[in-house]
Amino acid sequence: MAEKKIKIIVAKPGLDGHDRGAKLLSRIFAEAGMEVVYTGLRQTPEMIVEAALQEDADVVGLSSLSGVHNYFFPKVVELLKEKKLANVLVVGGGIIPLEDIPGLKQAGIAEIFGPGTTTDVIVDFIKSNVRAK
Amino acid sequence: MFNEKELKKIRAGKKNWSDGPLAKTLSKAPEKKAFGTWSWIPVDTLYTPADVAGIDYERDLGYPGEFPYTRGVQTNMYRGRFWTMRQYAGFGSAKETNERYRYLLKQGQTGLSVAFHLPTQAGYDSDHPLSMGEVGKVGAAIDHIGDMRILFDQIPLGKVTTSMTINAAATVLLGMYLSIAEEQGVPFDQIGGTIQNDVLKEIICRGQYIYPPKPTMRLTVDLIEYCQKYVPRWNSISVSGYHIRESGATAAQEMAFTIADGIAYVEACVARGMPVDSFAPRLSFFFNAFTDVLEEVAKFRAARRFWAKTMKNRFDAKVPQSMMLRYHVQTGGVTLTAQQPLNNIVRVGLQTYAAALGGCQSLHTDSYDEAWCTPTQQAVTVALRTQQIVAEESGACVTVDPLGGSYYVEYLTDKIEAEIEDYIKKIDAMGGTLSAIEQGYIQKEIQNSSYKFQKEIDSKERTYVGVNRYVMEEPPVTDLLKVDMKVGEEKAKELKQWRAARDQAAWKKGLDNLREVSKTDQNVMPAVIEAVKANATVGEICDVWRQVFGEYRPKEFIS
Repeated sequence: MAEKKIKIIVAKPGLDGHDRGAKLLSRIFAEAGMEVVYTGLRQTPEMIVEAALQEDADVVGLSSLSGVHNYFFPKVVELLKEKKLANVLVVGGGIIPLEDIPGLKQAGIAEIFGPGTTTDVIVDFIKSNVRAK
Repeated sequence: MFNEKELKKIRAGKKNWSDGPLAKTLSKAPEKKAFGTWSWIPVDTLYTPADVAGIDYERDLGYPGEFPYTRGVQTNMYRGRFWTMRQYAGFGSAKETNERYRYLLKQGQTGLSVAFHLPTQAGYDSDHPLSMGEVGKVGAAIDHIGDMRILFDQIPLGKVTTSMTINAAATVLLGMYLSIAEEQGVPFDQIGGTIQNDVLKEIICRGQYIYPPKPTMRLTVDLIEYCQKYVPRWNSISVSGYHIRESGATAAQEMAFTIADGIAYVEACVARGMPVDSFAPRLSFFFNAFTDVLEEVAKFRAARRFWAKTMKNRFDAKVPQSMMLRYHVQTGGVTLTAQQPLNNIVRVGLQTYAAALGGCQSLHTDSYDEAWCTPTQQAVTVALRTQQIVAEESGACVTVDPLGGSYYVEYLTDKIEAEIEDYIKKIDAMGGTLSAIEQGYIQKEIQNSSYKFQKEIDSKERTYVGVNRYVMEEPPVTDLLKVDMKVGEEKAKELKQWRAARDQAAWKKGLDNLREVSKTDQNVMPAVIEAVKANATVGEICDVWRQVFGEYRPKEFIS
C-alpha cells in the first residue's frame, strides 16, 4: 500500500506580506509529492493551528520576514500542544538572526531555514523528520 | 544611425570574424552552452551596429529632457544636481526614528523616506491583536498625529522632501503630514515629497492591502486629485515595480507590470474627470536595481521611452512633464545574501552604479546586513557612502546617459521595450490591469520567474557567490539591530492615554463626518484631515472604511 502523502500547511503569520518564499516552497513541496495548503497572509497562531487541525496536517511551515518569529513561532507550537497536535512537525524560515535560533528550537520548532537554503535541504529535512515524534 | 553600405560591410566583417578567429577559438576552448542576462535575455558574443540598425537616433533616442526621454528626463542630469540620496528608514518608536533621520541628514542625506511598521501599513493601531509582535519592527510605530509630531520634530518640512511608503492608508498619513506642516507654518504649496499610494502592487505582491480593489482605487484617486489642487509639488503616487521584482519578476516584467499599473491609475484619474495633463506630471515611479548593470540600465531606458510614448499616444498628453518617467530606485533587497554579508557591499555598489547610469531621480541603497535584520547605523552609513562614492568618484555623473550608443545596451533596450509592449497588449486583451490581477495572470507570471530562478540556484546552473559556490565557514553575524519588545507595551499604554485625553466630541464628529463623506462620491481628503486633527488614530479611521468599503480577501494563486 502506498504511504499516505505528507500534508503540510504553509503559513504566513502576522502582517508580513513577503510571500515569495512561501509560495515558491508551496510549489516545491507539491512537486516533492506532498499535499500542500497555503494559508495566505495575515494568519494568527490560532488560525494556523485551526488549519492544521482541520486539514489533519503532518507539518506546519512558518515563514516570517518581519521579525515576529520569536513571538509567533513558539505560540504556534504551544497551541498545537493544547490541541493535542504535538506530533505535528513545525519548521520555520525567513529573516531570522542566528542568535534567535536556539531559543526557537528549545520552544519546539524543529528547524529554521535561513536565506540561501536550497529547497532540497528543506524537503529532505521534512521527509526524514515527519511523523517521527 | 548607419547607412546601408556601412551596415553591409559590418555584417560581412562580423561573419568573417565569427567564421574565422571566433570559430577557431571556440574549437580550442568551447564556451558554455548559452549566455544570458540575469533575466534570461539571450546574449550573443558581440554586438555591432548591425544589431541596432533599426534605431532612428532622433526618433528613438533623442536628447535628454526631450521626448521620448530615452536618455534621461533632465537636460543635463547629474551635471546639474545628483539624484536625491534617500534612505528608507524607520524602526521602534517615533522618537528613535526621528533620531535616525536627524543623523542621516547630518551625514549628507538629502531627503527623508519613512518606513512605517506593518500595523500602520495595514491600518491597525499598535494595540490591535493583529499587531502583536509587529510593533516598531520594520518601521516606525505611528498611530496618530502625536506620533507624527515626534517623528518630524526639528525637521523643517518646508526644506526637506519626504517620501512615505504607505499605500492602502495613504490618505490618513498624508493627512497627518500636511497637518504637521501646517503646525510648522509651512504652506501646502511649499511641501515637497512623495507618497507611495500604489494599492495595485499591494494586491499583486506586497500584501499590505486593506480594502477591495474598487474602493481602494477610489482612495488613491482622491489623494491624487487633492494634491493636484492643493499640494502641487507633491508626487501623489509612486507606481512601484520594486516589490514586483523582489517577488521574482524579471527586469522586463518589472517594467511591464509597473507600467500596466500606471496605465490603470491614469485611466482611473481620467474617469474621475481630471484632464490628463493636470495630474500626470506628479505621477512618479519606483524601481529596483539588480546587479546585472547593463541589463538594468537598458531596463530604465526602455521604460522611459515606452512610458513617454504611452502617455503621448494612448492618453493624448500634451505637457512634456506628463510623459516623463521620473523614478526612485532601491537596490535589490532580495539579491543580498545572509552568507558572507560584507559581499553585499559590492552588490549594492554595482546596483548603485546601474541606478546612476540608468538616470534615476532618487536612490536608496540597501545595507549589507539586511538579510539578517533591520540595518544597523554602521551598515546604513556604508550604504549612504556607497551613493556618495558613485556620485563623486566613479565618473558616472559627468555626462548624460554614458551607455547610450553602446550596441549591446541599445540592443537590450529595444528588446526589453518590445517585451513590455507585448505584456501591455496581453493585459489589454484581458480587459486591463485589474482584470489581469483578478485572474491571477500577473501573479503567476511573477511566480514562474521566481521558481525558475530558484531551480537554477538549487541546481547550481546559476552561480550565487557565497550561497552555492565559493562557500566558506564563517563566524555567526552579531551586532544586529534589535527592536525591544517593550515598544509594543509602551505604545499600548500610550494609546490608552491618548484616547482618554482627547476631546471626545470633536473626535466623534470627525469620524462621523468621515463616514458620511465616504459613502458619497466626494473626495475624502478634507474629512481625513479633520479626523486626524481631532486625534483619531490610523486604526480608527481605517475601521470606518472597513465598515463602509469592506475588507479585501485575496484569492491565492500558486502556479
